[in-house]
Amino acid sequence: MDIKDIIKPENLVYQKTKLMTDKPLSYCPGCGHGTAHRILMEVIEEMDIQSETIGVAPVGCSVLAYDFMNVDMVGAAHGRAPAVATGIKRCWPEKFVYTYQGDGDLAAIGTAETIHAANRGENITVIFINNGIYGMTGGQMAPTTLEGMKTSTSPYGRDLHSMGNPLKMSELLAQLPGVHYVTRQSVHSPRNVRRAKKAIRAAFEVQKANKGFSLVEIVSNCNSGWKLEPVPANEWMEENMFPYYPLGDIKVDGKLIVNQ
Amino acid sequence: MKELRLMKGNEAVAEGAIRAGTDGYFGYPITPQSEVMEYLMAEQPEKRTGMVVLQAESEVASINMVYGAASTGKRVMTSSSSPGISLMQEGISYCAGAELPCLVVNVVRGGPGLGTIQPSQADYFQSVKGGGHGDYRLIVLAPASVQEMFDFVFLGYDLAFKYRNPILILSDGLIGQMMEKVELCEQRPRNTVFDPSWTLTGKTPDRERNIITSLDLDASQQEKHNQHLQEKYRKAEAEEVRYEELQTEDADYLFVAYGSSARICQKAIQLGREKGIKIGLLRPITLWPFPKKPLAAIAPRLKGILSVEQSAGQMIEDVKLSVGCGIRVEHYGRMGGMIPSPEEVLENFEKLFIKK
Repeated sequence: MDIKDIIKPENLVYQKTKLMTDKPLSYCPGCGHGTAHRILMEVIEEMDIQSETIGVAPVGCSVLAYDFMNVDMVGAAHGRAPAVATGIKRCWPEKFVYTYQGDGDLAAIGTAETIHAANRGENITVIFINNGIYGMTGGQMAPTTLEGMKTSTSPYGRDLHSMGNPLKMSELLAQLPGVHYVTRQSVHSPRNVRRAKKAIRAAFEVQKANKGFSLVEIVSNCNSGWKLEPVPANEWMEENMFPYYPLGDIKVDGKLIVNQ
Repeated sequence: MKELRLMKGNEAVAEGAIRAGTDGYFGYPITPQSEVMEYLMAEQPEKRTGMVVLQAESEVASINMVYGAASTGKRVMTSSSSPGISLMQEGISYCAGAELPCLVVNVVRGGPGLGTIQPSQADYFQSVKGGGHGDYRLIVLAPASVQEMFDFVFLGYDLAFKYRNPILILSDGLIGQMMEKVELCEQRPRNTVFDPSWTLTGKTPDRERNIITSLDLDASQQEKHNQHLQEKYRKAEAEEVRYEELQTEDADYLFVAYGSSARICQKAIQLGREKGIKIGLLRPITLWPFPKKPLAAIAPRLKGILSVEQSAGQMIEDVKLSVGCGIRVEHYGRMGGMIPSPEEVLENFEKLFIKK
């Protein structure tokens, strides 16, 4: 049997979403951004809301997200994506608005915009990629960098006494009444990709139902910044990131989930 | 029938915002412009026109809400005063870079730093020479009356959409706080048509996705984008210069003043003429583009020019660039929130030009 006999519509089990452009991704091999982009676009395609969706790209590794996502998009100033999304959503309350932000963008320079957009219950969806480091600028310490973790600006490891504690933004935001849905996921295994996609769908459904702020944190890797090969990076993430940033729902339907 | 109302300058901006069909106002309280948002909140424009008014958590958030809202092609604005406008400069630069039409109102107070809450014109350099980073220009409108605070909201939107560029209304605490009669115009409808070539409305099958950004990592492309912006600014320089001349026909001397200083100078001119000194006034209405040609045209007939500003002398640089070296140009002004009286302006003019 020739390969041409196999590639037929009736044998099709998977197809790249039309909402991803054909532009090659600019991310490092092994990075989780590509997968996160794909499942986000798959959700928008499956909900058939491309013509009603506006995305906000951040500053960071995903600054060029609009090159890959085939929806109307705007590039925000560093950290200001939730304010930019607020402006769009207030002008188009009937449309879907999402931001796609890293931890430096969302949890450091943009903390005020993040907290206040959440506290107002802005009916937007935030996709928050947390890899504990500033990837694009060359691996500097992020607000989410773990204790003892070595980065280019914490070369001897993050010292909590002088550099502060890793910030758990999702738990913090979940405390706010305007926040309807917060979950923490990952995209490092097929099972986790499926769960993360389900979570993004749930977040967009919250927006569709006009229930308020929804956030999907995706704990991800940065093998370049962490100075690890892709597979060891994922192993390191499981061993070190997940204990501090445990996966699972944090707030569902406006109610805090009490774990353990 | 004319609809007349006695209003504060800040209230006139707010009423102008509603009647000009603004879709979204995003602001943060700061003296001496807080009445803008207070008026809007009390007026409930969402019931009048569907206009959105939102109190943001900071001026940084305000201007970025404006940036996002402007990307939808709707009419959006913010207002603040000097320290708040400084905070907005990054966002204004982004709006200029991404070519977003929007309106920013600065009701200037004395600086630098926290300064005072009294009127000042010391934000001239910031307004006309850049303010934020990069090569960009704002069209800067300088109202000299409460009426113009109202009217310039309409003019501002027309220019913002004509050039796809942020427009700055550069007012001051005096114009913002004083009350005058205002003739209000009819309600202008809100935008219902959005240019499919750039506005974010959601990608439909009949067009490519729209992307609003000021980023281009390819330097040669970024230079092309800059050249495009500069062409736009040259067009604005050719077409948008606005100014007013008062008693310049027979003038031996000229005051150049904008905003509240122009009002003070009107009286100073009258006092001067009562003493037999023929003074005229050129009031730039657009501070950028600056009325260089009209000034250059009058200059040869004059014995001297006094630039009157509530600053240490900022606009005087543009006056000098306009008229060249053949004529004496001096500055008179007060700083830090002090307002000169007409008598004081005339006295200092006489010291500089008449009494030897």
